[in-house]
Amino acid sequence: MTTNSNPLLETQEVTIKFGGLTAVNNLSIEVNKGEIVALIGPNGAGKTTAFNIITGVYAPTKGKVIYDGKDITGLKPDQITRMGVARTFQNIRLFKKLSVWENIMIACHLRLQSNFAGAALRFPKYRAEEKRMREKVHRLIEEFGLSRYQDDQASSLPYGVQRRLEIARALATEPKLLLLDEPAAGMNPKETEELTHFIREIKDKYDLTVLLIEHHMDLVMEISQRIYVLDFGETIAKGTAEEVQNDPKVIEAYLGVEEGA
Amino acid sequence: MKKEDKILSIILIAGLFVFIAVADKFFNLYVQRVLNLCAIYTILALSMNLINGFTGLFSLGHAGFMAIGAYMVGIFTVPVEIRPMVYFMKPMHPAIADIEMPFIVALILGGLLSAFIAFLIGAPVLRLRDDYLAIATLGFSEIIRIVITNAQSITNGSLGIKNIPPVANIWWIYITMIISIAFIVLLINSSYGRAFKAIREDEIAAEAMGINLFKHKMMSFMIGAFFAGIGGGLYAALLGTVDPKNFLFVLTYNFLLIIVLGGMGSVSGTIISAYVVTAGQEWLRFLDEPLSIGGIAIPLFRPGFRMVIFSLLLMIIVLFYRDGLMGTREINWEMIKNFGKRFKLRRVKSGEVQ
Repeated sequence: MTTNSNPLLETQEVTIKFGGLTAVNNLSIEVNKGEIVALIGPNGAGKTTAFNIITGVYAPTKGKVIYDGKDITGLKPDQITRMGVARTFQNIRLFKKLSVWENIMIACHLRLQSNFAGAALRFPKYRAEEKRMREKVHRLIEEFGLSRYQDDQASSLPYGVQRRLEIARALATEPKLLLLDEPAAGMNPKETEELTHFIREIKDKYDLTVLLIEHHMDLVMEISQRIYVLDFGETIAKGTAEEVQNDPKVIEAYLGVEEGA
Repeated sequence: MKKEDKILSIILIAGLFVFIAVADKFFNLYVQRVLNLCAIYTILALSMNLINGFTGLFSLGHAGFMAIGAYMVGIFTVPVEIRPMVYFMKPMHPAIADIEMPFIVALILGGLLSAFIAFLIGAPVLRLRDDYLAIATLGFSEIIRIVITNAQSITNGSLGIKNIPPVANIWWIYITMIISIAFIVLLINSSYGRAFKAIREDEIAAEAMGINLFKHKMMSFMIGAFFAGIGGGLYAALLGTVDPKNFLFVLTYNFLLIIVLGGMGSVSGTIISAYVVTAGQEWLRFLDEPLSIGGIAIPLFRPGFRMVIFSLLLMIIVLFYRDGLMGTREINWEMIKNFGKRFKLRRVKSGEVQ
């Protein structure tokens, strides 16, 4: 019954060309509310480009992106984030020189109602909002085990903690859909396993829908309900972990073709 | 702790008022003039630091915004009776010839007009980044100056406006400075200030966090221009005259020197450096005069040598202290208290204090 349910995110035959290169071709994915869906594929398959299209960094050459029943194609990243789509980046993009606390506070800014004068002159409305923001950030910091790093510069944190901070920051924007771009990159198996639990935990707690790109197959296979496999911009397979694992095209994309076959 | 800091800040401001009262009564006019210039440069440099240091927009249009504020005060505070004497080449345009405003109104309108012009310039220009933005804003600053030079029936052209009532005394200037610093500090420490810093750190991440880049850049640019206009208005009412040549782009470099020296993104650094640079330029005036020691004329000392020294200073700072005096840090009460404690500790260790 997947056809009649209303997906939270849907891309309809999205294509993007950079000059002569078609980075993503006719990508049609559906992510239903409450699902964890993975986007996998070899390097250069167009996964991050797909993320960039969904989050508004690039406008697609062709096709549509539908989020929560609304056409968000061509909207700017900040508008899309405000609608409830948050993301992390493949090569961590924290505000490096700012503290952990500031990093998360910045992500609360989009929900601020007061204008600049109200904020600068500390009107009661702004004070109340600031207080709420601080409480929210405090909660997130506790939950993500960042308390001891609270006042540290983001760039001084250990790598794994930076990854966690990035997810905390994304959650501070109050998303419904969370896009994780290789959250386990550079992590060892134990850390990856922890992350797997962690993603499940925050998904349940914050009632999230998750779309993730990942190379760690154990994480992908364990966590995701459905998987899309990209190669050279084409969707070569989709389905559950098992279906995808046994798909000859996927094996071919990852391992190459047997000679003489 | 916070309450204690508040009390300390109030004491500091009260102390400043006492100082102004003393300066007003007992200091000679030259020293007062230098102190006033320092304060005006603080406002100008701080507003430029808001744009350049806190929001990361490399804008070089500050002299233009300052000119708008200065001319607003110049045009509308000169008494109507003496205007024919000021505008002796070409009479003032009849539409504005009879409009005279109190200083405070002209000052604020100057700031607002400056912010409005910043809005017009910013709409196309803030889409650019880094050096492209610098070139474009520099160009617009020159356009403002050239428009002023040629709008003779309004601005008296290259003759400039003389006989501006010099109402900006030390009280006016210091109170305006305190208000400006307070507003900018509060803004920077608010959620908007954090958004500005986010844009400075990483535009792509800031946008992904839901910050509307254009809106926030524009906001910072306009607020910066507003205070530049205010600074310009005070400048006009301090000197009693404005002239397009006052606002050559060299002036912008002066502010740039101040903020680079003090630290891009530091309020306290900017204030310290505005005083050091402005007062330094006065005290180094002897470099511009011929000097002879024991009857031998030192060949380097001639008009302009002062600026050579300043350029060298800037070069040394850029080469060896890239973050300036303060970097992005601030002096706060915490720091001063810690410093006091450390000092005390050292004295205890060396046995001076039991």
